[in-house]
Formats: sequence, C-alpha cells, structure tokens
Amino acid sequence: MHIRLKIWRQENSQDTGKMQDYALADVNPDMSFLEMLDMLNEQLLGQGQRAIEFDHDCREGICGQCGVMINGRAHGPLKNTTTCQLHMRSFRDGDTIYIEPFRATAFPVKCDLKIDRTAFDRVIQAGGYISVNTGQAPEANSIPVGHPIAEAAFDAAACIGCGACVAVCKNSSAALFTSAKITHLVLLPQGAVEAQERVRHMVDQMDAEGFGHCSNTEACEAECPQQISVLHIARMNWEYNKAQLLKK
Amino acid sequence: MGQWTQKTLTRKNWMAFTGLFLCFFLVIHLLGNLQLLLPDERAHLQFNAYSHLLSGNILIKIISWVLYASIIAHVVYAVIITLTNKRAGDVKYHYDRRGEVSKWYTRNMGLLGTIIFIFLVIHFRDFWYVYKFGSLPLDAQGNKDLYTLVVAVYSETWYVLLYVLCMVALCYHLLHGFFSAARTLGVYHPRYVQWIRVIGWIYSVGICAGFALIPIYVHFLK
Ligand code: HEM
Ligand code: SF4
Ligand code: FES
Repeated sequence: MHIRLKIWRQENSQDTGKMQDYALADVNPDMSFLEMLDMLNEQLLGQGQRAIEFDHDCREGICGQCGVMINGRAHGPLKNTTTCQLHMRSFRDGDTIYIEPFRATAFPVKCDLKIDRTAFDRVIQAGGYISVNTGQAPEANSIPVGHPIAEAAFDAAACIGCGACVAVCKNSSAALFTSAKITHLVLLPQGAVEAQERVRHMVDQMDAEGFGHCSNTEACEAECPQQISVLHIARMNWEYNKAQLLKK
Repeated sequence: MGQWTQKTLTRKNWMAFTGLFLCFFLVIHLLGNLQLLLPDERAHLQFNAYSHLLSGNILIKIISWVLYASIIAHVVYAVIITLTNKRAGDVKYHYDRRGEVSKWYTRNMGLLGTIIFIFLVIHFRDFWYVYKFGSLPLDAQGNKDLYTLVVAVYSETWYVLLYVLCMVALCYHLLHGFFSAARTLGVYHPRYVQWIRVIGWIYSVGICAGFALIPIYVHFLK
C-alpha cells in the first residue's frame, strides 16, 4: 500500500504546532497502525529528522496509552477499538490519513501526538480507591459478592483510562471515565462504605480539571474500546444527587 | 450557593428540572389549544371562556410564574453550560468526523433551543402580550376575543410555515431532551431506560404533531 499522512507536529507544550505531510510506500495491510508509525519514524530517523512521538505501551489493547485521533475519529474508523488494535487493512491504497492528538483543554499536548492525561489520575486520586490497611491477601470468600454484581463491577472496572470518551465528546466531558470508576466501587461492599464522599470528591475533581458537561450524546460509548456503558453515567448522576441530598 | 450553581452535574439537574417542567406545561397547553379544532361557533366561545378562566385562576397564576422562571433558568443554564463546554474543548480537530457516532440533534440542542427561543419571543408577542396588555374586542359572552385573533394570525401562510418548522425543531429538542433529562436525573436501570426512550418518542412526536396540526387546520378550514 501507498499512503499519505497528515500528522500533527508540535515540538513541546509551548509550541503552536501544525499539520505536516508525509508519504509512506510499501505499507503492509497486515501491519498494525502503530507499526506503520514505527515504519515512518525509522524513515524519518534515517533522514536525520525528529521522530514522531506517540504514546503506546502494551500494543494489545489493554493499557490505554495509544489514543490518537485518526481521520477525525477517536482510535480510528472502527468502533470500540484501540489504535494498537487497528490495522492498515482498514484503509485503502492511496488513502490520506489524518493523525492528531486527542484534544481537550484538560489534556494539553506535550509533544506531537503525546498528551498529558494526568487529569485522569487526579480524578482517581480524589476518591477512586477504598481506604483499607492492606496486610495479607484476605480470604476471597469472607465477603460474599453475588455473581451478577461481580460481573457488573468488573464491566465498569474494565476502563483502561485511554481518554477516547473525552476526545470524542463535543463537550470534552469525562463523565464516562469518572462514572465507570464510581460505579465499579459503589457496586461492591468494600466500595459502598465510602460511596458518598467518593462520588462528591471525584465529580468535584472532574469539574476542577476543566472537563465539560455530559449532554448524553452517547458518542463515548460508541468509541470506548472497553464498551463502557453510558448507563454508568446515569448511575454516577444518581449517586451524586443522593450524596448531595444526604450530605451532613 | 456554590454547590447549586457551580457543579456540572448540578447545572444539568436544573436543565433537566426546568426542561421537564416545560414538557409538563406543553401537555396542558396543547390540551387547551385542541379546543380550537371544535366546530366554529363552539370553538369561538369555549376557547375565549377557557382563556378567561385561566387568567383568573390562582393555581394557573402560580404555574405561569413557575413557567416564566423555568424558561429563564433553562435558557440561562443553557448559555452557561454551552460556554463551559466551549472552554473545555477550545482546540478544534483539523479533520473531524466524530459526528458519525452520535445523532445530530443530540449535538445541537443549543441550536434547536435557540430556534425555540426565537419562536417563544414571537409567540409571546403575538398572543400572550396582546391578551394581557393589548386591547382585544369582547365576544358575545363578554370575554376577550382571543379566538378571532388566533384565526387571523393563522390565516397568514408564512406564519403557519414558520410555526410548523419551529415545531419540528421542538420535536427534535424533546426527542433528545426528554430522554436526556431522565439520564441526568439518574435513571440507570436498563428496563426503565428502554421505557423512557419509548415514552419520550411518543411524547415528542405527539406533542409536536398536535401543536403543528392546529395552525394547519385553522389555516385551511376556518
Ligand atoms: C418548550 C421549550 C423547551 C423544552 C420543553 C425543553 C426541554 C428540554 C429538556 C427536557 C432538556 C434535557 C435536559 C438534560 O439534558 O438534562 C433540554 C436540554 C437543553 N435545552 Fe431545552 N427545552 C426548551 C427550550 C429551550 C430553549 C429556549 C433553549 C435555549 C435557548 C434550550 C436549550 C437547551 C439546551 C442547550 C439543552 C441541552 C443541555 C445539554 O445538552 O447539556 N431549550 N431541554
Ligand atoms: S471509559 Fe472507555 S473511552 Fe473512556 S477512558 Fe475508559 S476505556 Fe477509554
Ligand atoms: S498500546 Fe496499550 S492499548 Fe494500545
């Protein structure tokens, strides 16, 4: 395959940045999208140019690092797929592919396609945990959890923090991400104890980071690689309203 | 005070409460207006008598004050929310096809709302203002003759067209709004979520078709 690329280049967080054109020949359709970028980078390094920086780690769809905007869609044209799980066979010979970093005021661009996603970390730090003294691993069956609840909590816990939900949202809302963690913990007996403070602190932090409001467009669920359900957002709203009403 | 106005979730609650109140009001408003579809003689006297009854009733007075407050609050929060959202994502994508994964009307509630707002201004000026502050002639029973005014206004073709277009905008606003309000207020049980989708659909189409039918009927048959 022969492809043309338009890629966002930005030296550092202060730089204004711009889209730059590249061409790549002999792309194998079975390459993953990131392998295609690796190939481009080798070519650039060979020519003595600076490589294009992009985040990645596991390359098997579980770490959530590889988020970029591809042809105007979060993680590319497929629904519910990370960039590393996207292959060049999803494109056609001669295509022009736009690659841009995920955009949100709360996710400043650090360099090229790399963004600063620590806003998510701070939302988790605000309450996405349970306060216990961790000693030895406790006996797994000492706190009974029904199977459907365990499954539901696990579905919510599957969020990999990739930020696609924010990137695709017209309001740059982090509602799906935040609500997944809140729901994960509120479903379980260990998490229910601190449910009220948790939801208030995490929502406050989400607001403080400068994410927008949720308009319930449901674009986030369509792009989320873990198919986190938008009903978690409704659950977060419910828990938040309850916590606000019962607050002492 | 801060917690009621600053938090994104709380602002959305106000949007939902005020929006749902407006939804409730539309039902009463439509039921009253359907009297315009009665045979000429009856519609004339009954509609005027009904309007007179409403303007004297204390309960209706309270509802109308809540209505004015809801419209204002809904619009004010719509503006605040829209501005905050703009700030949250101020850098645009060079190539943007995010629209492929959501419905257009869910992304354009502000635009649809603005159309409704313009409509409301015209609507208030033409009927509400004239009824309250203008000098309308009286009908045979001594009530202000709103009916004749309505028939006169709806005899204008452009007005009927504008009215119907605005009802289409309202329909899309409600199609998303009704369902979105339930989400905002925290309905997360999958079964009720399905029901709300269906009820919201029936509600939106029913209300807007009903409102659109009246000027069309009056225009062509009165
Ligand atoms: C009869 C008139 C109206 C009714 C019945 C109505 C109803 C609703 C409802 C039920 C919602 C959902 C709230 C939520 O998402 O939680 C909503 C949202 C919204 N309304 Fe209205 N509305 C009306 C007029 C207006 C007007 C005049 C404007 C603006 C000038 C407006 C702007 C908006 C916006 C921007 C949203 C979306 C908020 C968001 O996506 O976060 N609406 N409306
Ligand atoms: S909710 Fe989905 S899209 Fe959002 S950060 Fe988690 S895995 Fe990514
Ligand atoms: S690199 Fe880990 S999810 Fe793509």
